[in-house]
Amino acid sequence: MSVVVGGDGAGKSTLLRALVGLVPLSSGISRRPSKEEIGYVPATAGLYTDLTVEENLAFSGGAYGVVGSELAHRSTELLERIGLANARARLGGQLSGGMRRKLAVAMALLHRPALLVLDEPTTGVDPVSRSELWRLISAAAAGGTAVVATTTYVDEAHRASTVTLLEQGRSISTGAPSEIVAAVAGKLGVVRSTAQPQGLSWRWGSSWRVWSPTDVLPEGAEPLQPGFEDAVIIACLADEQEVQPVGRAR
Amino acid sequence: MAVLAETRGVAKHFGALSAVDSVDLAVSSGEVVGLLGSNGAGKTTLIRLLLGLLRPSGGETLLFGALPSMSTRRRVGYVPQTLGLYDDMTVQENWTFTAAAFGSARPALPESVRGSKDELVGSLPLGLQRRVAFAVAFSHNPELLVLDEPTSGVGPLSRARLWQDIRDSAEHGTGVLVSTHNMEEAEQCDRLVVMVDGRVAAEGAVADVIGSRTVVQVTCDDWRRAFAVLDADGLVVQVQGELLRVPGSPRQVEDLLAGHDLPAAVATVPANLEEAFVSVVSRGPRP
Repeated sequence: MSVVVGGDGAGKSTLLRALVGLVPLSSGISRRPSKEEIGYVPATAGLYTDLTVEENLAFSGGAYGVVGSELAHRSTELLERIGLANARARLGGQLSGGMRRKLAVAMALLHRPALLVLDEPTTGVDPVSRSELWRLISAAAAGGTAVVATTTYVDEAHRASTVTLLEQGRSISTGAPSEIVAAVAGKLGVVRSTAQPQGLSWRWGSSWRVWSPTDVLPEGAEPLQPGFEDAVIIACLADEQEVQPVGRAR
Repeated sequence: MAVLAETRGVAKHFGALSAVDSVDLAVSSGEVVGLLGSNGAGKTTLIRLLLGLLRPSGGETLLFGALPSMSTRRRVGYVPQTLGLYDDMTVQENWTFTAAAFGSARPALPESVRGSKDELVGSLPLGLQRRVAFAVAFSHNPELLVLDEPTSGVGPLSRARLWQDIRDSAEHGTGVLVSTHNMEEAEQCDRLVVMVDGRVAAEGAVADVIGSRTVVQVTCDDWRRAFAVLDADGLVVQVQGELLRVPGSPRQVEDLLAGHDLPAAVATVPANLEEAFVSVVSRGPRP
C-alpha cells in the first residue's frame, strides 16, 4: 500500500491521473498494468447516483467483463463485506457519504484488479466508516492487489508501506513511515510557553514544537524524539525554507 | 475559567427522531473543546442549538449566561465547513462586509492575509481561504469560536498554521469548540466530547477518552495471510505498514494464527484515538 499525502492543490489527483494514463505527460514516464487490470476511483465520482447499488455493480462488472454467475458471486461477496447486502435495490444517491465511498471502492474491486488507485477515498468520511473502508482496501492488498491512495490526513499514512509527501506538485519526501522519521536531520524540541520560540516552530496542542536544522536548539527547548507527524511537518518546513539537511528518505 | 457556553440536559427531537438527547456541554474561556461523532450523531444539531439557530425540545442552552439571541450572536465567531465567505468578493470586501454585519469597528486586515487583500476569495488556494475565513470569524474579537472541520483539505504545514491561530485566540481567553472527524485535529484539543446517537458517550482529555483501551499488535512474516485469517474471523483488522492491529484478546489472536500455522509475535499495545473512538461508538451510548 502506497499513500500520497498532500493538501489541496498539491497535485495528488494529477499524479494519480498520470499514473493511470488519463493525462498526457509533459516529461518522464508512467508505467502501469493494462487498463483491464486497474481499478480507479476518482475523488468526486465513482458511482451513478441514479442507478441502484446492484445496477452500479453490474455496470462496472460489464465494463470489465465480469458477468453472469461470476458477477453474482463477486457482488454478493463484496456487498456483504461493505454491509450493503440488504440494500441492493437502493439508489446510489440515497446512500450516506461513507457508504457511497465503500460502494465505489467495491465497484473498482469487482474484477480483482492488479492495481487499485483511490483518490481521497476517506475525505469527509467519519472515523467508523473510515476504518471500515481501510479494512476493505487492506483486504485487497492482502489478496495481492497493489494499492495507491491519496489523503490529506497525515495519520492515514501510518497504514502505508510507502508514503510520498507531495507539496506544490513535487515529491518532498518518500519512504516507509519509519524511513521518513529516520531522515529527520537537526534537532526537534518542545517549548512549553505561550510565546512563540525563535526559529522554525509550530503549535502542537498547548505547547510549541521547534525544529533546528543544526544540532543547537533554542534556549528553553527540551529535546524530543520526532514522531511521524513531526517528521512530515519538518520535511514541509525544510522544503519551504529551502533548508537542505532533510529531504528524501530514499 | 468562566463558562461561556453551556447546555443543560438539552434535547432536540425531529418528529420521532431524537437528534440530541439530554446533553450537558460546557465550553470555558481559554479552552479548546473537540466535538467528535459519526455522521448523524448529533454534532451539527448540538452546535445549532448552542448558537440559538434551533430551539431545544427540552433542557436549556446558555450563551454567556443568557438565552441565545442576536446580542449573544455578536460575541460568537463561526466558521462552517463551507467557510461562509463570498467567493466573488475580494478578501478585503469580505472583511469589510463582515465588520459591517457585526457592527464592529473596522480593524486592519491581519498580516497573515494582507498580502492577498485584493484577490477574489474564490481564486485563492484552499489553505489561504481557510485562513481568511478564520481572520473574518476572529475580526469582531469573539469570546466563543465554533469551528466545523477547521483544517479539512489543507496540507500539513497549513494545518499547523491554522492551529496556531486557534491556539493564539484561546490564549487570549476565547473559548473554542471544534467539530471534527480528523483525529490529528482532535489530538490538539484540551478536552474531547464524543457523541453517539445524540448523547455524550465519552469525554475528557485524549488520554481519558482512550482510557485503558488496548489493541493487539501482530507481527507476522506473512502479514497478508495473517490479515486474511483474522479478517475472515470477523475481527476488525487494520494494517500499519506490515503490522496488523486488532481489537480483542492477544490469546484469541495467537490461537487463531497458530491454528493456521502462522507463527506471529503478538503484543498488547495502547489503542490510538481512532481505535478508541471506534470502540466507543460501537459500544453505543453509556447507560
